[in-house]
Amino acid sequence: MAQMYDTSEIRKGLKIMMDGNPYTVVEFQFVKPGKGTAFTRTKMKNLLTGSVLERNLRSGERLEAADVEVKNMQYLYDEGEFCVFMDNTNYEQVQITNDLVGDDKGFMPMNISVDVLFFQGRAVGVTLPNFIEQEIVETEPGARGDTATNVTKAAKLASGATVKVPLFINQGDVVRVDTRTGEYLDRVGRA
Amino acid sequence: MAARREALVARARILDEVRAYFRSQDFLEVETPSRVRNPGQELHLDAFYAEGGRYLITSPEHHMKRLVGAGYDRVFQVCRCFRQNEEGPHHQPEFTMAEWYRARAPLSSIADDCEALLVRAAAVSGRPFDGECVRTTVAALLATHAGVELQGDEDLPALERRVRTAGHDPRGARTFDELFFQIFLDHVEPALAQGPPTFVCDWPAPLAALARVRPGTPWAERFELYAGGLELANAFGELTDAVEQRRRFEAEAEERHRRDKVAYNVDERLLAGLATMPETSGVALGIDRLVMWALGASQIADVVAFPDPEV
Repeated sequence: MAQMYDTSEIRKGLKIMMDGNPYTVVEFQFVKPGKGTAFTRTKMKNLLTGSVLERNLRSGERLEAADVEVKNMQYLYDEGEFCVFMDNTNYEQVQITNDLVGDDKGFMPMNISVDVLFFQGRAVGVTLPNFIEQEIVETEPGARGDTATNVTKAAKLASGATVKVPLFINQGDVVRVDTRTGEYLDRVGRA
Repeated sequence: MAARREALVARARILDEVRAYFRSQDFLEVETPSRVRNPGQELHLDAFYAEGGRYLITSPEHHMKRLVGAGYDRVFQVCRCFRQNEEGPHHQPEFTMAEWYRARAPLSSIADDCEALLVRAAAVSGRPFDGECVRTTVAALLATHAGVELQGDEDLPALERRVRTAGHDPRGARTFDELFFQIFLDHVEPALAQGPPTFVCDWPAPLAALARVRPGTPWAERFELYAGGLELANAFGELTDAVEQRRRFEAEAEERHRRDKVAYNVDERLLAGLATMPETSGVALGIDRLVMWALGASQIADVVAFPDPEV
């Protein structure tokens, strides 16, 4: 019998099963219709597909805990359809398909440490550190004197993703990027 | 704090408008006790205990009705109410309610009052509002937005069948009201939040609360006012049948016992008052939410001087 949660235990990050799929709670809010029973309006993200589900959970509704485990692992290499990760404590390796890694792949340089998510013992996804530093490998040449404007240009990171950067950023610059939003934050140096 | 100062100024002016409206309608402003023996028997309201066998009111309903029974035909009150375990963007354990009663008047006159208050509150904040509210029924909304054909006299199994027929999962709801509100929240509320202010009228008999059931029908004379995603008011064509009211109190007490909640003695003074109460319509309207609606605020904390966590 899996562990069960009560609606009063709902909190951000709680991993629960819903309609046979594992979800993580991203938002919740107390609601109570006039003279009626209380509900918890819950927004959750499917751990396998990333799609978001909204559900009004009745007070007292029982929720099954998702059999989810998180393990810190090192990203070894790209094997075409898969990314390969290694547990540095026992050197065990796992593969995750590109579909499940999703857009995160472009922000995932080789050797970076990431949290690998296991559902029912199977690796199903990764959570990157919130910030990474990456070298710009491709962008139009910089234009001087434009630092005060909000004009941006596309730039390709060594890890593969394309981000919008200010005009003064050049090829070879190392920039800091928020992996949750894909946004450029600042320039941290030269490669 | 600048935003809050603006909200507090608007709130004070809206309270002035509320009082001015009731004065213009020849209402008497009254004050009833906050510490009472019978804070209301509703299953889903939990009162705070306040020593000496008293509880803080969850609404001033019982004492207001005793005044109406004693011959006060038009009374209103703006007061604090207290409810345990209610905390969220639209809920605080302590909040402000306007409650009023019109003896010998139909429920539609209460809807007119609500409309007038919305117009006045909107004028204070400059919110564009022409006073147009929709008046519709629970059954119409459930049919349109959830595909559930409600007859009004269902028991839980019958409602479950209708819900399944419409393609929804009852998700193990244990009571009629749990299942009803699950469907209402999932399908009707989001639609109401998008539309103009709406009076949701004619509630199924099992959700009559303290409203009378219209003779020969399964529908209770009750409406809720929804505006901008907020539930602003809950109105009843008041039940004046003391025998029926005693039956409902006792049924609620039994259900409260079953759920290990405090159950209160039947409020005999209220029942005595009902015996002399003329046909009456009454309503409770949340002042904090009225201000939220007028200002377009998203949480109660934005429109009170001290949100609960800052107390």
